[in-house]
Amino acid sequence: MISRRLFVAAAAATTGAFLLGVSPNYASSGPDVSHFKLANGMEVVVIPDRRAPVVTHMVWYRVGSADEPAMKSGIAHFLEHLMFKGTEKNPAGRFSKVLATIGGQENAFTSSDYTGYFQRVSRDRLKMVMEFEADRMTGLKLTDEVVLPERNVVLEEQNSRVANSPSAKLGEEVMAALFLNHPYGRPVIGWRHEIEKLTRQDAIDFYNRWYTPNNAILIVAGDVTADEVKALAEETYGKVAPRAEIGARVRPQEPEQRSVRTVTFADPRVTQPSLQRSYVVPSAATAKPGESEALEVLAQILGSGTNSRFYSKLVIEKPLATSIGAWYQGSALDQTRFGIYGTPRSDVSLKDLEEAMDAVIAEVAETGVTNDELERAKVKLVADVVYAQDSQATMARWYGVALTTGLTVEHIKTWPDRVQNVTADQVREAAKTWLDKRRSVTGYLVKEPAKPQERRS
Amino acid sequence: MIFQRVSAAFGAAAIGASLLFAPVPAAATTKIERVISPGGIEAWLVREPSVPLIAMEFSFKGGANQDPENKPGVSYMMAAALDEGAGDLDSKAFQARAERSAVEMSFRASRDEIRGTLKMLSSKQGEGFELLRLALNQPRFDQEPVERIRAQMLTALKRETTSPNEIGSRLWWRTAFPNHPYSLPTNGTLDSVPTITRDDLTAYAGAVLARDNLKVGVVGDIDAKTLGTMLDQVFGSLPAKAQLRPVKQVQPEAVGRRLEVQLDVPQTVVAFGGSGIPRKDPDFIPAFIVNHILGGGSFSSRLYSEVREKRGLAYSVYSYLLPLDAAALFMGGTQTRADKAEETVGLIEQEIKRLAENGPTLDELERAKSYIQGSYPLSFDTSTKIAAQLVQLQVDDLGIDYWERRNALIDAVTLDDVKRVARRLLNGGVLFTVVGRTQQASTAKHGG
Repeated sequence: MISRRLFVAAAAATTGAFLLGVSPNYASSGPDVSHFKLANGMEVVVIPDRRAPVVTHMVWYRVGSADEPAMKSGIAHFLEHLMFKGTEKNPAGRFSKVLATIGGQENAFTSSDYTGYFQRVSRDRLKMVMEFEADRMTGLKLTDEVVLPERNVVLEEQNSRVANSPSAKLGEEVMAALFLNHPYGRPVIGWRHEIEKLTRQDAIDFYNRWYTPNNAILIVAGDVTADEVKALAEETYGKVAPRAEIGARVRPQEPEQRSVRTVTFADPRVTQPSLQRSYVVPSAATAKPGESEALEVLAQILGSGTNSRFYSKLVIEKPLATSIGAWYQGSALDQTRFGIYGTPRSDVSLKDLEEAMDAVIAEVAETGVTNDELERAKVKLVADVVYAQDSQATMARWYGVALTTGLTVEHIKTWPDRVQNVTADQVREAAKTWLDKRRSVTGYLVKEPAKPQERRS
Repeated sequence: MIFQRVSAAFGAAAIGASLLFAPVPAAATTKIERVISPGGIEAWLVREPSVPLIAMEFSFKGGANQDPENKPGVSYMMAAALDEGAGDLDSKAFQARAERSAVEMSFRASRDEIRGTLKMLSSKQGEGFELLRLALNQPRFDQEPVERIRAQMLTALKRETTSPNEIGSRLWWRTAFPNHPYSLPTNGTLDSVPTITRDDLTAYAGAVLARDNLKVGVVGDIDAKTLGTMLDQVFGSLPAKAQLRPVKQVQPEAVGRRLEVQLDVPQTVVAFGGSGIPRKDPDFIPAFIVNHILGGGSFSSRLYSEVREKRGLAYSVYSYLLPLDAAALFMGGTQTRADKAEETVGLIEQEIKRLAENGPTLDELERAKSYIQGSYPLSFDTSTKIAAQLVQLQVDDLGIDYWERRNALIDAVTLDDVKRVARRLLNGGVLFTVVGRTQQASTAKHGG
């Protein structure tokens, strides 16, 4: 269920707020982002955007599916659903009903490293949503009457996202095979047999362990000033006492990756075979300086757009594939993934396409990339930063993702600069070092062969 | 990342085609200028200098409904091929120029329109407008990109033959609109796509990409005078008049029926639809409110509450209005466990009937009005969204002052209005398609 598309979003999330290079005069006029802490340890980020009288309000918790206890996969996401089920003070549905009445939007999301809740409202409603959100930071009240139907909702969500989709099922298998020790190998939504057993108490335990102001980040983007947000935050979240000690987030780490692995998933609904491969690589948080940025540029050159290496060589010049690409998820607290994928044309075998893709990677690793490729990739990555400033929700998400995956505000601000500094040598080096098949799992999605005749003895 | 409630996304996508597009408080800061170029091309502009980019959206009336008879997929393929080489630039050269300036361009075909978008840094506007001019006026439709796109379309079409959502959707449209362009899928069929020729693409572009069926919306760091010059440069050489075949007005057929398709998937996919209310009908806004209460955008709708909250039958359940040019529709869907499909369909039928017979309560009406008015500025938060809204206002012919009038139109809706319109909208019955491990014998074949 962590689909390709969502990874793109997550990858973009490491990009920053300032622009250098493409439009230098704009670098100084980017949003004036403020970042501070309340006395109870809750962090606050304010991103001004005065174009419309609306605000995007988010609370992010530094906890995700990779922090779940054994046998409780899916509890982070299940709790996220249950956070809409009411508190002592505000019974089930009241918050949603108020938002539905004023025309506010709301939602929530869960990933391996973070869980977030957001509302989008007109600026005069900001204090109200902060009061509601602060209330459910500690006051959640759950009964089996609401927990059990919601567990069925989550099981249907699992059906929609994974069980009904052969390629999503393959994606889960690849993840599970890739991470030998790290809980990133578990699906964010959880394994079905474990979701089925999650209880009210599991949710409450997880909530009490992680949902506390000293583990939370408030992000407000929109038509507000830092001073306004600070005053409101002190009045609302500031009054929530910390209720758990949060130590360093240490999860089981990967041993050395040293074998080429493959996974084959067969399903009768597959009409065209395809392949996807993931490599374990450094994230922005774990990489040496410059390494993560080089991987970002490498993904762009190798597999983004019709002028990428993969597409121009294997779709246009030598038509072996109908779709093909590469991606890098820079944002992760621990080691992360670099991925490639392709669908062969109907007269081409998976093996032939895979060999051709390996040859393209080998070429980049040996002879590197051209200056033209390098420049085009940088223009694109840096322009994306400007385009992102058009959306306050996107800006808020970037900061949230960064701060929950081990990065800093400074990291975001300097990101375009660091991308500009990537050299062709660094890109070649990144391909050579990290796109080593022994660090990878390749997944094949194939049509299930016709059932063999029953044998009789 | 997993989002909690996917219904919001579905709802919003569908609602974009109907009503949720205009700012109330935002109107104070969002001023629309009507720009007429020296050559007579009109665009609606919201000038926004605070972010250094320009977003443009445009629409040519006549989408898949103008595909040649028995050749569905032509408009889809044409839209996909427009940015794959133009003028002296082959596909690779064209894409490389766009990349070097970070110009983002896209085209897509829907049932009634060809839509396009252009996004660029304001410092690169000259290059952006020039590439768009080339794409619209001198598309090459070279063999290499055309064959590549054909292969991609066929791969996707094959995949759709085993997708419960696509099987259900195709069956719905085929059954509801026999012998009408709406019966055919926008992206073509396994039979039609192999037969599409370059001449088909050229003929389609020549007939549909014209000036009299064009609507343009622009947002960003550009003034009216500069935009006027650019409009002539980009669109001024297109034919004055589009050659559009009339499309017969129709009502969906087979309402009241339920079609089941057997498919071995863990989760059953349900789609439904019936007659809606045309966008320019005075009852459209009351109908929009009625739909909001039944299964619209917020998380407090009756379907959401009955199907998801109370019973945990589905992750997503929704309904929406889809006012097409030749048929106004009311649509919806959900996904649920095979053994609960019967119960879920029954609940949806029951909720539709209950709302048709008794109408909404006063409290529901007031909350719906408040939501629809209050959420209005939220759909104006990015340049690309505002540009899309500017085009939609023109396509729907609602007037440049609609943003200011909208609140009053909603305020004017009475409880009697919504009761009457609930009957009008919901009493006609809907056609259900149910795809999955159905409990009864299959009553329809899938495919095509």
